[in-house]
Amino acid sequence: MTDKERFVPDEGLAPASTALPSAGPMEELTSPPRSQWRDVWDQFKTHKGAMIGAMLFILIVASVYLGPFFWDIDPTKIDIRARNQGPSWEHPFGTDQLGRDMLARMMAGGATSVSVGITAMLLALFLGSFIGVLAGFFKKLDGPLMRLTDLFLALPLLPLLLVMMLLFREPLAATFGLERGIFILIVAAIGITSWMPTARIVRGDVLAIKEREFVMAARSIGTNNSKIISRHILPNVLSPIMVSATLGIATAIITESALSFLGLGFPPDFPTWGRLLFDGVDYLQQYPERVFWPGLAISLTVLSVNYLGDGLRDALDPRIRGR
Amino acid sequence: MKIKALLLGAIASTALAPMAMAERGSDGNVSIIYWQAPSILNPFLSGGTKDVEAASLVIEPLARYDQDGNMVPYLAAEIPTVENGGVSEDLTSITWKIAPGLTWSDGTPFTAADVKFTADYCMHPEGGCAQLTKFEGVTSVEALDDLTVKVTFDKPTPFPYGPFVGGESPIIQKAQFENCMGAKAPECTEQNFNPVGTGPFVVTEFKPNDVITFKANDNYRDPNKPAFATVTFKGGGDATAAGRAVMETGEFDYAWNLQLAPEVIAQMQAGGKGTPVAGFGPLVERIMLNQTNPSPDLPEGERSTAKHPHPFLTDPAVYKAMSLAIDRPLLVEIGYGQAGKVTCNWVPAPAAFNSDTFTCDKQDIEGAKAMLEEAGYKDTNGDGIRETPDGVPMKVVYQTSTNAVRQDFQALIKEWWGQIGIETELRNINASVFFGGDPGSPDTFQKFYADVQMYANTFNGTDPQAYLGNLLCDKAPRPETQWQGENISRWCNPEYDALHAELAKTAGLEARAEIAKKLNDMAVEGGAMIPLVHRGRLSAHSNTLGGVVLNVWDSELWNIADWHRKTGS
Amino acid sequence: MLTFTIRRLILAVPTLLFISLVIFLLLEMAPGDPMAQVPLTVPPEVKEKMREALGLGQPMHVRFWKWIVQFFWIEPQVLIDHMFGTTFSEGDLRVISWQTRSPVMDIVVQRIPQTLWVVGTAYVVAILIALPIGIYSAYRQYSWFDQMGTFVSMVGFSVPPFFSGVLVIVIFSVQLGWFPSIYDTTHVVDSWDSFVVQLKQMIMPVMVLALQITAQLSRFMRASMLDNLNQDYVRTARAKGLSEYTVVMVHVLRNSMIPVVTVIALGIPSIFGGAIITEQVFKVNGIGQLLIGAIEANDLPMVQTLTFIFAVLIVLFNLIADVLYGILDPRIRYD
Repeated sequence: MTDKERFVPDEGLAPASTALPSAGPMEELTSPPRSQWRDVWDQFKTHKGAMIGAMLFILIVASVYLGPFFWDIDPTKIDIRARNQGPSWEHPFGTDQLGRDMLARMMAGGATSVSVGITAMLLALFLGSFIGVLAGFFKKLDGPLMRLTDLFLALPLLPLLLVMMLLFREPLAATFGLERGIFILIVAAIGITSWMPTARIVRGDVLAIKEREFVMAARSIGTNNSKIISRHILPNVLSPIMVSATLGIATAIITESALSFLGLGFPPDFPTWGRLLFDGVDYLQQYPERVFWPGLAISLTVLSVNYLGDGLRDALDPRIRGR
Repeated sequence: MKIKALLLGAIASTALAPMAMAERGSDGNVSIIYWQAPSILNPFLSGGTKDVEAASLVIEPLARYDQDGNMVPYLAAEIPTVENGGVSEDLTSITWKIAPGLTWSDGTPFTAADVKFTADYCMHPEGGCAQLTKFEGVTSVEALDDLTVKVTFDKPTPFPYGPFVGGESPIIQKAQFENCMGAKAPECTEQNFNPVGTGPFVVTEFKPNDVITFKANDNYRDPNKPAFATVTFKGGGDATAAGRAVMETGEFDYAWNLQLAPEVIAQMQAGGKGTPVAGFGPLVERIMLNQTNPSPDLPEGERSTAKHPHPFLTDPAVYKAMSLAIDRPLLVEIGYGQAGKVTCNWVPAPAAFNSDTFTCDKQDIEGAKAMLEEAGYKDTNGDGIRETPDGVPMKVVYQTSTNAVRQDFQALIKEWWGQIGIETELRNINASVFFGGDPGSPDTFQKFYADVQMYANTFNGTDPQAYLGNLLCDKAPRPETQWQGENISRWCNPEYDALHAELAKTAGLEARAEIAKKLNDMAVEGGAMIPLVHRGRLSAHSNTLGGVVLNVWDSELWNIADWHRKTGS
Repeated sequence: MLTFTIRRLILAVPTLLFISLVIFLLLEMAPGDPMAQVPLTVPPEVKEKMREALGLGQPMHVRFWKWIVQFFWIEPQVLIDHMFGTTFSEGDLRVISWQTRSPVMDIVVQRIPQTLWVVGTAYVVAILIALPIGIYSAYRQYSWFDQMGTFVSMVGFSVPPFFSGVLVIVIFSVQLGWFPSIYDTTHVVDSWDSFVVQLKQMIMPVMVLALQITAQLSRFMRASMLDNLNQDYVRTARAKGLSEYTVVMVHVLRNSMIPVVTVIALGIPSIFGGAIITEQVFKVNGIGQLLIGAIEANDLPMVQTLTFIFAVLIVLFNLIADVLYGILDPRIRYD
């Protein structure tokens, strides 16, 4: 229901990676056999942008999860005399309208946003590739599964979220606690409503790949379906899946912020980057730093994840890796 | 020379101003923005403020409230009272005289039959009329002649100005709505979107939930009004954008109900194109104290009912200490600024009804601690949370609707209550669920499955009798009433009920105000609620728009006929 | 291909009926109450009466059946009446919105122009910008142009519209005063000047929307082009001595369009669905704003009808995407 949700996460970027490695076949002959993942890593390393992206992403993840151990101001601690302050040594990012430390809130918000992003992406990815592969590969399942996809694409996200809130909030909150319960709910809601583009793309690729000669060859020598899928189909659709994955994180973070905007996400007293950005928008003219930090955090995360995804895509593509 | 020219110019413009106002439609277009878009122009089918106020440009009641809460005749010739014989001695009937010579915008005469029809329309059992309470106790409405209407009540009614007074109870045209009675009401789209009225404007186009355009009513009773030829009434968006459009970019002339942080308003005002104006009705943000035990351990159907009293919230020492720990001036400053005042009362307005028994503008954490200490609430196990003398830890669940200001208040109050040794768990619930009244949902404010909850409530018009009736014992929501009822805190005091019955029999403003203040004091003293902030309405108008008088007792657009463009500015 | 299309169309009917039932049940289960926005000053008894007047007292299956009849039987009649001046639908009850007590379809028809103007234009603009950028970025992979395009589109993608919208309003309306911050839906385009006014009020929402759509579409185009540029047939084509332009714009582009076409086709229903946040920020009051407003007010007939129309469009455009797939890639066989 957000402006971009119907779109398919696309692929990331392809930054200045070096030219294809000029691997010397002579040396390879003498060196011991290499594992596939070693190859992937070698290729990945050569991708400068991907390396920067990966480091940045690790840095962001580390600072939101480990940061609170070093910056131990409680993000909910109110210091009413110190409200609406600009950056200072005491509060490097300033304070908000209740005098809460913005740096601490950014870390707490980031922890939630990043967790929502990663978890929702994993959920959507799993559902999307599973259904996409099944639908593309098995003709009998194609019709029903694509109708199911249509059904989900046609479902309005907002009422669905409201229904989920009603039906599952109490039991989830009772089992996992209030905040954890809402977290699970939002992750599930984003995951369940965003796997469809991945499924359609994967299905499209599988449809094309299964007509290729190598799949026919595999079939002709009696390879069974599960082997064909895991050995021949999956590696070839890994690239669109990785592509979906990278922007999936970004989409999930942004969807979460859109939900905050519509008043359906995490409650206002529970910081996330999207929430902080939304709260800061009203103060855009007085305290620009309140939108700057969360905006920068979201953008950096999206960028780094994308460069990372692009590197992974190149590294995982056997055509590129295999010189 | 220059000065002289300026002076002359100023004189010319002041001389021009009344002249410019003297002609209907001479000031062009006025544009109004409401961040909630009107969906219908028939207030009887929608209780929403946005719809009532948009309709008030077109249809009018017999009398309105002015900015001070006094009644002024609109379509009536005068306000009926016991003194002028308009209200019967036994207080069971009121007779309205209609001003002679009024016509509808289609040119037909306005008669008593239209007034009677309006009552029939709203009181139709299948119509689902949103303003039915206005007609509570009415047994009959008769048109005695073309200009006289008599309303009879089933019992003495000291305040007989429910029907046909105020923006919620305007008169609709019989000829237009005749075929729209009862179950047919929703089918009359054309009528509901374009009612024929007596007001200063008529609808030219109605785009539901988006925009309405009006033009001046050719048959309006004052030949020189309104000054504006057309009105654009835009709806939708958010309060920030509405305020910006009036005060910063100057695209709109009037923005309604800007619930924004005080700093944001100040920043917008610095834009220099508009001015915020505030007015105070009886709206009070309060914390309701649950008199019953909301513990989830109790079986469904007994939770939050009178069967199990609350373990500690009914003790005066506890709720007084909780109230003492709150810094109300700070809450006002953070949440409402110009549009808020500290209040200790449940009924802070009209001024005659505002009790001055209590003061509460000083926070006193130490005093609150001492109060709890003295009453035997001590922290016996050293975890920072006090226990009741029976050993129940003082933990409260504090719920409210989801709204940024309310969550800020929650965070602050949680902090303060924490300082006096009461642990608070915060919850917030989507407003449409919280106020939705679905008996199946555990999260409605009527069910009150929490110890304390915060929201705002008010009453229409200037008489608080029905509002004060909210705390009567039998109005408590409970399973037998499908959890409906206005006595949200389940507070019950037989003395209060008796005094309220007396109010219903008393006539005369002063005597009524006396009793109403006593009722207010009993409720606050007795711990039904902790009043926090007396909330006002903050709207903004363009600096070039003249004649705006903010009115919180009636439609904000009540005097739009007098609005005009300031010349020379 | 024709039998495939017909079969899918026939199959779509039960699918859509099922979808409408699912939507209905979801909305039924959803918490909230159409009376929640009515002020607290209206007592519960009155609210109960208002609910009854809306038909809420009836059992669920009766209401669902009523909606089906109204939507599939009466509404088409109204349309026929409207076109041919007949009177089939006279006296029949149409799908009525709870908020406005007027026929839902009338409001939808009223909202479509502004949504098409703004969201439609944004979509077209985005496609026109995104495809060349995507193609060129892929062709000159890792060039300066490619790097910049990537960076800008990523930033465009990562900024939520509730922020970018307000940012452009503050810059262009408040500070510079170039464009209006509030979209005027009553504006009629009948001359060059009024067209200029229309352009001025459209430019900011179109900018904000197009930025997001371009960001995604160009990335997608680029990825797809890259996949194909490495294929053997490209080498063959070049070896045959075809011009570089023919190779890229005919051979590679045609093959690369397959996934892109899906994305574009899948996006078209979202034009009609409007853009909830952007519409809200700029007060465009199109279909998206209608839907969110109806959800907030618990106007179930409105939400039901809108989401169902949305579902029809999605099913339809999925079908179109599949057919295009077959046309663009003959290896895919549907039979």
